[in-house]
Amino acid sequence: MIFHIAKSLAGLIITLLIVSFIIFLVMQAVPGDPAEIILGMSAQPDTLAALRSQLGLDQSLLQRYLNWLLGLLQGDLGDSYTYSTSVAQLIGERLKVTLPLTGLAVFLSVLISLPLGVTAAAKPNGIIDSFASLFSQMGIAVPNFWIGLLLILGISLTFGWFPAGGFPGWEAGLWSALNALILPAVALAIPQAAVLTRVTRAAVIEITGEDFVRTARAKGATPNYVLWHHVMPNALIPIVTMLGMQISILIAGAILVENVFNLPGMGKLAYQALAQRDLIVIQDVVLFFAAIVIIINFFVDALYTVLDPRLRIRR
Amino acid sequence: MIRLFRYILTTTVAIGLLTINGVNAQPRNDLVLGMSVEPTGLDPTAAAPVAIGQVVWQNLFEGLVAINKAGEIEPQLAESWTISEDGLTYNFTLRSGVTFQNNQKFTAETAKYTIDRILENDSINPQKSLYKSISSVKAVNPKTLILTLSSPSADLLYWLGFPAAVMIEPTSEATNATNPIGTGPFKLLNWKKGNQLTLVKNEHYWGKATKLDKVTFRFISDPQAQAAALNSGDIDAMPELSAPELVSQFKHNQAFDTVIGTTSMEVVAGMNNAKKPFNDARVRQALMMATDRQAIIDATSEGLGTPIGSHFSPSDTGYEDLTNIWPYDPVKAKKLLAEAGYPNGFTFTMKMPTRTYAERAAEIMQAYYAMIGVTMILESSEFPAKWVQDVFKDSNYDMTIVGHAEPLDISIYARHPYYFNYHNPKFDKTIAEISNTTTEVERIAGYKKSQEILAQDVPALFLYAFPKIGVWKKGLQGMWKNQPVPSNDITDAFWSE
Repeated sequence: MIFHIAKSLAGLIITLLIVSFIIFLVMQAVPGDPAEIILGMSAQPDTLAALRSQLGLDQSLLQRYLNWLLGLLQGDLGDSYTYSTSVAQLIGERLKVTLPLTGLAVFLSVLISLPLGVTAAAKPNGIIDSFASLFSQMGIAVPNFWIGLLLILGISLTFGWFPAGGFPGWEAGLWSALNALILPAVALAIPQAAVLTRVTRAAVIEITGEDFVRTARAKGATPNYVLWHHVMPNALIPIVTMLGMQISILIAGAILVENVFNLPGMGKLAYQALAQRDLIVIQDVVLFFAAIVIIINFFVDALYTVLDPRLRIRR
Repeated sequence: MIRLFRYILTTTVAIGLLTINGVNAQPRNDLVLGMSVEPTGLDPTAAAPVAIGQVVWQNLFEGLVAINKAGEIEPQLAESWTISEDGLTYNFTLRSGVTFQNNQKFTAETAKYTIDRILENDSINPQKSLYKSISSVKAVNPKTLILTLSSPSADLLYWLGFPAAVMIEPTSEATNATNPIGTGPFKLLNWKKGNQLTLVKNEHYWGKATKLDKVTFRFISDPQAQAAALNSGDIDAMPELSAPELVSQFKHNQAFDTVIGTTSMEVVAGMNNAKKPFNDARVRQALMMATDRQAIIDATSEGLGTPIGSHFSPSDTGYEDLTNIWPYDPVKAKKLLAEAGYPNGFTFTMKMPTRTYAERAAEIMQAYYAMIGVTMILESSEFPAKWVQDVFKDSNYDMTIVGHAEPLDISIYARHPYYFNYHNPKFDKTIAEISNTTTEVERIAGYKKSQEILAQDVPALFLYAFPKIGVWKKGLQGMWKNQPVPSNDITDAFWSE
């Protein structure tokens, strides 16, 4: 068990090292000078040189890479070039929006897709199944930011039940903050639910066709019992895999919805940092995303051993 | 039937009670303002982005002088000043009893510190070049500041009113980017980066108290989101709505005031004057005649915006309308092009920065030039990073299009090196002479002459002055219509109901 965790940890560190190397090199190759962007078109060469020196941009590539890694090992992510604040603080503030938003979106997505997928699979080609099929197709075809715009126009501006955008902060109260996250979460959840519905339906149909399910029915188990004790535990594996991938995508990829609803999340931070060539923020954020994906995969793997007893047996 | 009647009665009474409450309410003393770009820091003396001044200039920080909504210079922390005959000595009498928001006094020593800091060798002030004529600063006594110049600079007073020259306090200087300390009527309450920023009234302000107690700036980059926020009441005002095509919904809406003004930003299509065929003035003039400015304005900003004939905005004092020097005339354009040796036109590449107005304008121009046989190939250039490197620094371009937002920046055509690669000794001389003028009349005359030279020579295609599209809730007064300096001066704003 310890060996297993140690192996995963080693894998995490090696992957992060490789990612850090790649992102550092890529950002050096991309055209654009952070100092020029900060100081603008009127700045004189001596002013630019002074700022570059201040930001540490006049050091050699190797020196800068090592400085960055050393800082990371000590828990110091560095200071943003454009905001002059610690990157850790910036990421922390953005996570306060992105994590709850992702959580809410995943919750809604599972809430919609699991019942829908299972019911659709229970009676293939029935009414629910046709509806689920239609829902999946449309949900996958329509972009999430467009759904967001429709929600703003249709619900926010017409009925005023939810704000049309912006995030008041958790200090404004739990309900107030959640209110601002509901519509964006729905916009994110619908395409995810569409995919998850298809996966759920396919998984359940496939498992239902297996021999052991037929045996269980033959032995007199009720359809309900068969569904929850035999089918679902097996079907959960592809569903959980998909869910793990979706969570990783949501944490990094909600940028369009964040833009439409004007939420200060991680996606927006990454996008703004890239436009402003805030190299240190980009490097740290990419590393952070890589770490998140790896950690989520780790948990999904661990979940497999819980869901599938066969995997618990040591080789 | 009785039940229905009772229901209607209760509902009416309820609505009545609610609205009565509204009528008796005091006028609000807080304001929520929307801005499309968030400033990266709050120290306008250490970074260039215009958004910084748009939050803090005049609201939080003040300078020796201020620029008012008409673009004129007004005394601020300097009560009065005298300028010597030769224009080399400026003697400022400073206001007394002024304190910074951290209770430190403002004296001539503070002013000296501020200006010395702009000029020192490792200064990171983005506008340092504007003040380079200052050779020494002396604080004779707490109320008197003397600037000695190495050469006359008639615009120096104007530059001293800029966000880049606001007075800062030495002990708070290092943290001004995140915790700005100025002398202005508002001070910073908090800044939730990526989201919003709140200013509150400075109780110890030296001047006229503001009517507002609290101002919140919300940063909304998406134009649709801006419109949605206005409609839902999330923000009260959007001084610069990013999408002109959304204006019409507000124009017809009684709940809002829509005020269209001008900004100091000139949208010009710069040409690489060092490269063929743009080194020939006739080619540039022909292209100017082949460009229908109004069509570009109609396509990029719903007809809002002013055509310009030179590098000067209608909101700057001294503006001359020179659009009739090379008016739209495709027949004459083709003839002039043939005279220059291109009877069958030519092909070139337009590097457009990734900004909506630039991309749209470029597409319109492509169509107009095709009509006179000139082929324009469009290439996107990521803005700001790649564009600044490619076009601005390396001059690796034929033609580009960008908005120049700095007020009174016609002198960029006399700057060497600069991305236009334009060398006109006569123009350089005219610009240099403006610095030496001693009266306002002479200064304005100098600017007019420089405008005329550029209008004739067309080093860049002068397209239009960007409009300021202001939308705010009815009842909000004191907002600026024009933007002679990039700013959101809300010191005079108040609710009238």
